[in-house]
Amino acid sequence: MDAIILQVLNGLDKGSAYALIALGLTLIFGTLGVVNFAHGALFMLGAFCAVTLSRLLAISHETADPTRTDFLGNPLKVQTPYVEEWFGPEIGGTIVEWSVPLGILFAIPIMIAVGLAMERGLIRYFYKRPHADQILVTFGLAIVLQEVIKYFFGANPIPTPAPPALVGSLDFGVMIGFDPGSIIYPYWRLIYFVFAAILIAAVFAFLQFTTFGMVVRAGMADRETVGLLGIDIDKRFTIMFAIAAVVAGLAGVMYAPINSPNYHMGMDFLVLSFVVVVVGGMGSLGGAVLAGFLLGVLESFASMPQVTNVVPGINQIVIYLVAIIILLTRPRGLLGRKGVME
Amino acid sequence: MNKLTINRRGLIKSTAVVGAGLAMPHIFTRRANAFTNEPTGSTVTLGFNVPQTGPYADEGLDQLRAYQLAVEHLNGEGDGGMLNTFSSKALSGNGILGKKVAYVTGDTQTKSDAARASARSMIEKDGAVMITGGSSSGVAVAVQALCQEAGVIFMAGLTHANDTTGKDKKANGFRHFFNSYMSGAALAPVLETAYGTDRNAYYLTADYNWGYTTEQAIREATEAMGWNTVETVLTPLAATDFSSYIAPVLNSDADVLVLVHYGGNMVNSLTNAVQFGLRERQKNGKQFEIVVPLYSELMAKGAGANIKGIFGSQNWDWKLENMLGDRYVGTNAFVRSFGEKYGFPPSQAAHTGYVQAILYADAVERAGSFNPCAVAEALEGFEFDGLGNGPTLYRADDHQCFKDVVVVKGKENPEDEFDLVEIVEVTPTEQVTYAPDHPQFAGGELGSCNPGA
Repeated sequence: MDAIILQVLNGLDKGSAYALIALGLTLIFGTLGVVNFAHGALFMLGAFCAVTLSRLLAISHETADPTRTDFLGNPLKVQTPYVEEWFGPEIGGTIVEWSVPLGILFAIPIMIAVGLAMERGLIRYFYKRPHADQILVTFGLAIVLQEVIKYFFGANPIPTPAPPALVGSLDFGVMIGFDPGSIIYPYWRLIYFVFAAILIAAVFAFLQFTTFGMVVRAGMADRETVGLLGIDIDKRFTIMFAIAAVVAGLAGVMYAPINSPNYHMGMDFLVLSFVVVVVGGMGSLGGAVLAGFLLGVLESFASMPQVTNVVPGINQIVIYLVAIIILLTRPRGLLGRKGVME
Repeated sequence: MNKLTINRRGLIKSTAVVGAGLAMPHIFTRRANAFTNEPTGSTVTLGFNVPQTGPYADEGLDQLRAYQLAVEHLNGEGDGGMLNTFSSKALSGNGILGKKVAYVTGDTQTKSDAARASARSMIEKDGAVMITGGSSSGVAVAVQALCQEAGVIFMAGLTHANDTTGKDKKANGFRHFFNSYMSGAALAPVLETAYGTDRNAYYLTADYNWGYTTEQAIREATEAMGWNTVETVLTPLAATDFSSYIAPVLNSDADVLVLVHYGGNMVNSLTNAVQFGLRERQKNGKQFEIVVPLYSELMAKGAGANIKGIFGSQNWDWKLENMLGDRYVGTNAFVRSFGEKYGFPPSQAAHTGYVQAILYADAVERAGSFNPCAVAEALEGFEFDGLGNGPTLYRADDHQCFKDVVVVKGKENPEDEFDLVEIVEVTPTEQVTYAPDHPQFAGGELGSCNPGA
């Protein structure tokens, strides 16, 4: 039982990332009708916002310490971050350590700008083109963004740790009556799950309870009629693209301590996120979130030795297998709207 | 209008003429060159085929730096590095056999097909006379087989699987790096002393040939001293999040986790293991322990504080000569050359790459020819010293180098950013030497060397 609870918890944080990316994909598809293959790259850009901020905060003043030597026998060069010089070692050190949470504030304006630039500068020219053209151009854009990041940050994963106060793990088993140490869950993954839930709730609340959201939802249902009412729906959809970029970016910022960011991480998530969107139902926001968590948990279960010993390699194909089964039995996905990409 | 007619006789004649025409250049080539890519000008081209992207990119890029340094030293530039300490004095800094050394590079991407494609391009388009590099055994085995077919020498880079000089060994391939068996033989006594003989081990193993042979080597070595293997789980090489593989460890009876991962894989799996509290865990009345059979300074840097106190094995370490004296002469010379050029100490991946380039050049000089068969003969049974590992033998039976193995652990209190691992002990060559027909290396034949052309 404890193994099952652990795998459920474990699947939830992976599912959180899938859900957040798939939510953004669905928002863009539902509003603009664009199949955005560059969405994984937005997730990756978010993670590199965290990396960039941590590097900016770590810019240091170099001094030689004559009492110590480096590996070549020269006086050791000691690096002191300017932040520590300005605010003192304690406050400065804390600011450096908290670079990932601070990265959220740093990433929001950047991701809005990236989203607006992408939509206004490139994607809007492809609204009336076939989906195949949209896929090609957004996939090309994703490769360009990847290569730009690789040029500036290199090909290797960059460790980006969580603040020391949030490192460690929670003994969840003890809280629900199991043996100590049987269900351990890292604090940061728990934070990631809670963060994802809040972000998803905020997006839904924004769409559900604001006038702006109501117009967007109306536009998603019938774009032409909303336009005939004199509402500039295109402008609102452009803003939705920027919001989707922010959602993907923030998912990336918070994911940085879980796995060290690298230029390819967006592609790793993109394919799975598309499967999530299709399983959830094209255009269904709720479906994207549900399928994200569902497939995350399934993938987690499929990696258990008890499962892989019976069906070797199942962990690598389980998501696709489930997608095939769901699409065969329910072609419009779990919560898909009738007539959308059916 | 003329009607085009084709009859049987005409077709045979035309085919014969066209076939002879196509074969002519090849016939002339065969007569012109005694072996593949025989250097005829004033330069000789070496092919450095390393992962510049993918999970082993760190190692590959460091290897590339070392190859570039080796080329400088071979051409008489820089301070000469380990050429000054190498026991063989055939090289004099005027290139190889008087030809200036040039090089081409390729990105293996840590994928066998990409590695073969780039090696093929370097041989066929760039005229590389030797291919070296690789930071994955899957890649090394694939490129070694290609070099055997093409008739060029392959000086393997960072490849640790038994297969490279075991069932997949080739007459044109040579490995300086140590292997899985040697890691098991060196690590087991240290693990016994540190953790005792009553342990339950859980293995997470990278799903390719290196993972299989390393897991087997460590498992056999630890089971022989009394450890029990609880579970072995294969993980995809492309995996980045290992949490779903780490979680079941918590529900098993294991009190030791052996991470048979390397490079970025190991950094991620160890990070995940630490996130799930395995380092603080108590199981079966003992402290839970993690072991990483194949270690490197680069991985230690990527893993950060998570690596502290974890045992592993290395082919070489940049502190060897400082800590253990003149037996490892050459180490400081290499560290000085590399450190002054790049600003940080070399990794073991860099060291083995540099040594392989020097050993190839030296073998050509001693053989007096670039002919792969002459070079292979010069390398087989070659005993040398002064390249940082102590006295070393290139065994003729399987083209594997035999030398001391370094057992290390993550340093608890590093003095600076490069002081990440500490040397626990050095296992002497005799303790890690095995018979050429040892079961872990069974199958496959070395065959005969192929000069190509």
